[in-house]
Amino acid sequence: MIQHFDPSQHDKAFAKDLGTPPPAADAAPVSVEIDGVAITVPEGTSVLRAAALADINIPKLCATDSLEAFGSCRLCAVQVEGKRGTPAACTTPVAEGMKVTTQNERLARLRRNVMELYISDHPLDCLTCPANGDCELQDMAGAVGLREVRYGFTGENHLEAEKDHSNPYFSFDPSKCIVCSRCVRACEEVQGTFALTIDGRGFDSKVAAGQDEAFMGSECVSCGACVQACPTSTLMEKSVIDSGQPEHSVITTCAYCGVGCSFEAQMKGDKLVRMVPYKGGDANHGHSCVKGRFAFGYATHKDRITTPMIRDAIDQPWRPVDWDEAITFAAKRLRAIQDEHGRESIGGITSSRCTNEETYLVQKLIRAAFGNNNTDTCARVCHSPTGYGLKTTLGESAGTQTFDSVMQADAIIVIGANPTDAHPVFGSLMRKRLRQGASLIVADPRRIDLLKTPHLEDAQHLPLRPGTNVALINALAHVVVSEGLEDHDFIASRCDTEAYRAWRDFIAAERHSPEATEAVTGVAADAVRRAARTYATAGNGAIYYGLGVTEHSQGSTMVMGIANLALATGNIGREGVGVNPLRGQNNVQGSCDMGSFPHELPGYQHVADVTARGRFEAAWGVELDDEPGLRIPNMFDAAIEGSFKALYVQGEDIAQSDPNTQHVEAALSALDCLIVQDIFLNETAKYAHVLLPGSSFLEKDGTFTNAERRINRVRKVMPPLAGKADWEVTVDLARALGYPMEYTHPSEIMDEIATLTPSFAGVSYQKLDERGSLQWPCNAEHPIGTPTMHEVDFPIGRGRFAITEYVATEERSNRRFPLLLTTGRILSQYNVGAQTRRTDNQVWHDEDVLEVHPSDAEVRGIKDGDWLGITSRAGQTVLRARLSERMQPGVVYTTFHHPGSGANVITTDSSDWATNCPEYKVTAVQVEKVSRPSEWQRRFDEVDRAQREHLATAREAAS
Amino acid sequence: MSVRVFVPRDTTALSLGADAVARRLEREAQQRGLELTVVRNGSRGLAWLEPLVEVETPAGRVAYGPVAPSDVPALLDTGLLEGSDNHPLAQGLTEAIPYLARQQRLTFARIGVTDPLSIVDYLAHDGFRGLEAALTREPQDIVEEVKASGLRGRGGAAFPTGIKWQTVLDTPADQKYIVCNADEGDSGTFADRLAMECDPYMLIEGMAIAGLAVGATQGYIYLRSEYPLAKQVLDAAIARAEAAGYLGDDLRGSGRTFHLEVRLGAGAYICGEETSLLESLEGKRGLVRFKPPLPAIEGLFGRPTVVNNVLSLAAVPYILAEGAQAYADHGMGRSRGTLALQLAGNVKRGGLIELAFGTTLRTLMEDFGGGTASGRALRAVQVGGPLCAYLPESQWDMPLDYETFAEVGAGVGHGGVVMFDDSVDMAEQARFSMEFCKVESCGKCTPCRIGSTRGVEVIDRIRANQNRDANLALLGELCETMEDGSLCAMGGMTPFPVQSALKHFPDDFQRAPVGDRS
Repeated sequence: MIQHFDPSQHDKAFAKDLGTPPPAADAAPVSVEIDGVAITVPEGTSVLRAAALADINIPKLCATDSLEAFGSCRLCAVQVEGKRGTPAACTTPVAEGMKVTTQNERLARLRRNVMELYISDHPLDCLTCPANGDCELQDMAGAVGLREVRYGFTGENHLEAEKDHSNPYFSFDPSKCIVCSRCVRACEEVQGTFALTIDGRGFDSKVAAGQDEAFMGSECVSCGACVQACPTSTLMEKSVIDSGQPEHSVITTCAYCGVGCSFEAQMKGDKLVRMVPYKGGDANHGHSCVKGRFAFGYATHKDRITTPMIRDAIDQPWRPVDWDEAITFAAKRLRAIQDEHGRESIGGITSSRCTNEETYLVQKLIRAAFGNNNTDTCARVCHSPTGYGLKTTLGESAGTQTFDSVMQADAIIVIGANPTDAHPVFGSLMRKRLRQGASLIVADPRRIDLLKTPHLEDAQHLPLRPGTNVALINALAHVVVSEGLEDHDFIASRCDTEAYRAWRDFIAAERHSPEATEAVTGVAADAVRRAARTYATAGNGAIYYGLGVTEHSQGSTMVMGIANLALATGNIGREGVGVNPLRGQNNVQGSCDMGSFPHELPGYQHVADVTARGRFEAAWGVELDDEPGLRIPNMFDAAIEGSFKALYVQGEDIAQSDPNTQHVEAALSALDCLIVQDIFLNETAKYAHVLLPGSSFLEKDGTFTNAERRINRVRKVMPPLAGKADWEVTVDLARALGYPMEYTHPSEIMDEIATLTPSFAGVSYQKLDERGSLQWPCNAEHPIGTPTMHEVDFPIGRGRFAITEYVATEERSNRRFPLLLTTGRILSQYNVGAQTRRTDNQVWHDEDVLEVHPSDAEVRGIKDGDWLGITSRAGQTVLRARLSERMQPGVVYTTFHHPGSGANVITTDSSDWATNCPEYKVTAVQVEKVSRPSEWQRRFDEVDRAQREHLATAREAAS
Repeated sequence: MSVRVFVPRDTTALSLGADAVARRLEREAQQRGLELTVVRNGSRGLAWLEPLVEVETPAGRVAYGPVAPSDVPALLDTGLLEGSDNHPLAQGLTEAIPYLARQQRLTFARIGVTDPLSIVDYLAHDGFRGLEAALTREPQDIVEEVKASGLRGRGGAAFPTGIKWQTVLDTPADQKYIVCNADEGDSGTFADRLAMECDPYMLIEGMAIAGLAVGATQGYIYLRSEYPLAKQVLDAAIARAEAAGYLGDDLRGSGRTFHLEVRLGAGAYICGEETSLLESLEGKRGLVRFKPPLPAIEGLFGRPTVVNNVLSLAAVPYILAEGAQAYADHGMGRSRGTLALQLAGNVKRGGLIELAFGTTLRTLMEDFGGGTASGRALRAVQVGGPLCAYLPESQWDMPLDYETFAEVGAGVGHGGVVMFDDSVDMAEQARFSMEFCKVESCGKCTPCRIGSTRGVEVIDRIRANQNRDANLALLGELCETMEDGSLCAMGGMTPFPVQSALKHFPDDFQRAPVGDRS
């Protein structure tokens, strides 16, 4: 059943364009009379918005409520009693007792005459225009009653202006442009890229990208904000040009990164025409990035797996079978293996790409039907140290703030994160705050784009050596303590005294001073001191971090070091501050919350906790193992060693994403039964015996939880391509294993989660529909959720400082491997690239390259574009060189979006001491010029070719 | 003793060959063994006599003009250095030239008299007395003095300067600014340039006083790029004023601060509009901002900002030095003080005429200007720049003051007076007004951006006698749309010259098309 979401139930503010943004929430009320209707609105509200709230709709073109008032179109002219002239309603703020007239003969004539001017320079091709039916200019021409254009159409005009089709997703037709500047303002105010401008002046004014070049040649990042803002068809999605206007829409949640943007999926029947960012989305407020906005074509790509397939061995072709046969085959194999090798010999991996409900079911399947705790998830390789570190210090495994909180921050520290690429919509919000004057401190080996934010006022870059995070965070804390910058009141009232004293003695030691750590981190002592002072004294200090913090041998230590710094400065427990992990995947927070880890039941309840386990046992009707199961790396080791024989992987590509690829391949090859459930034949599936078709986020109901603990609804907009949503497949597999699960809709799964997980006790689909989203904890204490954590106390009572001694990683450069490799993501591609590589996003990044500093390149005789062999103690791969000064000398960088790149062939199995999170961010390597692909790459190509043939054979058989 | 000879160095004089005259003078003096010192002063503003050479004599300075280099030997032969009047170019005592003698030079008292960059000269001619007075007074006192003087914005809008300053004074902020609008772009105007090139310390002093009055520590002069000489003079004068303690961190040992910088515009008329000017000064495109918020509350970089024209700020030192009443004693009605009128266009004797409000256009154009340069009859005059009305003879006898002019839909503006003889085609002038707007519109608001282009086209159709009545009606509505709908005065006032031409010179719109005229 397709569910429609009626935004009018949510809030009037999201149902229509009110023309100008809302004023400050705490503004005093002001009463005005508009056309005789009395209305009270907050001070600072424009007359245009006040009227719209009273359902008096003043014509407008240049005004839209996502942008500050501009006052250029003059259509919203009104008359105000006692005032001269006809001021624009969008730029006129309400005043107490103001009496406004929005309609009379004079205003009607003025509006009609202005519209007549517009239309005298506009093509009269409404019937064949892509915006027909969704054009504000057309609507306004109707509203003002324009009947003739007395100027004729022979005058000077822009009708022959050249179109720009360079962007793969939208076209630019300047002949339709009314120069309202909404696109330019959206690029500046919303996205913060400043790629667009108005070129020329007067009648020659025209929208120009970059230095008056094609959109693709400009700084445009294709976020779609300009397309969204355009009131005509000047900037128009090519999908709408091709298909026409959509006929219905469904509000749902993007399945790319951890920002969790809300979108309107605009449909024609079951065909998705376009994704439009939903302004009621609490995480994105109507903004989007190139992935969520445009890169959805993979969902209907020809590579989608649409029938279940099985085979006895991985060198055999696939056999397409029906669902029953595939499920029965899988269940039999699992049970046979358990009979032979024991209960512990099988396990599963939940997906951070799937819904909470699906993840919950997979871990339930493993715990209740497999009968062990061998469950893990991709958070193992990304944010497991966040869970450990924050739980230890603050008592909860999640970020403390809302995204909007950044708008209250005065000093922002970004450590090991690259928000403008990896969390672009939040990156734009952060840039907005930076433009308002907040100070920025970036601790990163690379000079990330955030440091290039236009109109950035105060930016400090701490370019530390990879692997020295803990030394740096300790030095920052040392400055806070030694310079008397601590928040003693906060520490006394909110923190554990004994832990604090111990920590203070520890951190005050001279070995943590910036001067002492300078030789380790490579960051100048005075830069560290300045950064610490900025953070501690700016007012609201907020820390944002990413995988550059967690994916280290001391990832958990670093997370605790960050929490220490926030506690010491009192930057916890209110808007504008906090410790904020930028979670990578759409539902990685959710997969952790839902009990994906081997030691924790849903809601981070330890498997050894008798009371908690007892509740699950009662609800699930089985006895549960009280010992933690295997983590992913343990599973690999056990598989190679021979004690672990079968694995059920839902929606994760461990063969590409996990470190030391050759080790992973060996482990997968050693399995007797690998069940992969995915929408594509991913790298892991090439080692599988059972391939179950997955469903995309468009094909199911459920919820995702984003990086700010916000539970957003995912709504089905089209039927699953292979007939089943992922949760239905898990239910079938459970049943086949003799453990029936009875659900008819994911809402019932959420109801079960609510009864078993204290932090989700108040969550239901009904409440989500009413409120749009909910941030956990949501329970009796916080019935509408918890935007800011730890306001009064911590789940563990008092905040606990942790001792964070810096221990250098064993993965360090030496004579054989003199360079340090660090890895990351890029805006246009998403993680393993399974989705984005199957979209036009390829035009921005169709291969991974190795970024090398010119000085390192010069000594090796490397030129831009040369083939480079990159060798670590784990393996070798070959990538093309790109000379770049974004890194310091001695550091090289690559992305891992293309499987053939083999970035993880080089990364090692060095990992975080507490959580086994791999040390992706530091690998000692040597780089040299080569002439052909690496041995691994040649083997990869062979396997890839063979497996594709197996698939093709199966497809032919099925058709 | 060496005789001092003055050869002006302002842009007008230079463009008419003043440098060559000065060189010739020095060369001839050397050849003839004469003791002569050439002083490069500013212009007296008598443009029709430039280059105006003056000689210092015991009786006072004696003027000769307009002097060409080739005139120099004969002038010396006939007793130039003695102030002799034995040469056709001799004008007698400068101060007695009626064109100058009949003026009331309050603001422009020093121009042409002093060496523009000499602080000694400036001090000797009452310079910095206003600033010294201001340094002893409370900010509110200074604002009260300016209010009492009745000074109104000389850029054209005529908003009371003291009230603007009061708003800035009353708005608390960590930083406030004084911005001088020196983007003098109205056709036929040059008073700002004369003030800056010929008496730069007066502007510096006025801005420093404004800073003291409202609590601003930073000032910017937004200067049009077409005034390179003014830039040189101002930069040099600012450096000297800083060195002498009239600018900087510690004004004359008072502990008060005022810094000043010159910023160049980029050649757009619209940047003379104060909000566009602020955008441009911030480094952005010169795009008009909507008001409110007023610049006095949210101006440059969002801070409270005084934006005043050069002439408004230049009037301030006199007001502080001589007292508000001395200034207010001049003028009529609500227009107090003097107005710097700039006589240009088809005029016999063009130049700067500073007079108290209340004079008439006829006095200006006939008594001062001496009628047209062409010798033909005067037909129309545009006062106040390209956005103000054309006035027919019936309006030449009304007193020049803000209110009287506003009553007939005309404007005083920045005091530019551009004269036309009876060969003018006022329909073409109306077209020019629209075309000017088309070229100079910032393009932000629709009535101005598209309306001006359509205005040109409609007037063309009228002049070509295509559906003339319908197009005249359409032009009327277009003017109404631009006036009511435009964001700033550029589009809002462009209709004024058009409508005045239609009203006072209707026949010009009924002529046969150019090709059809017999």
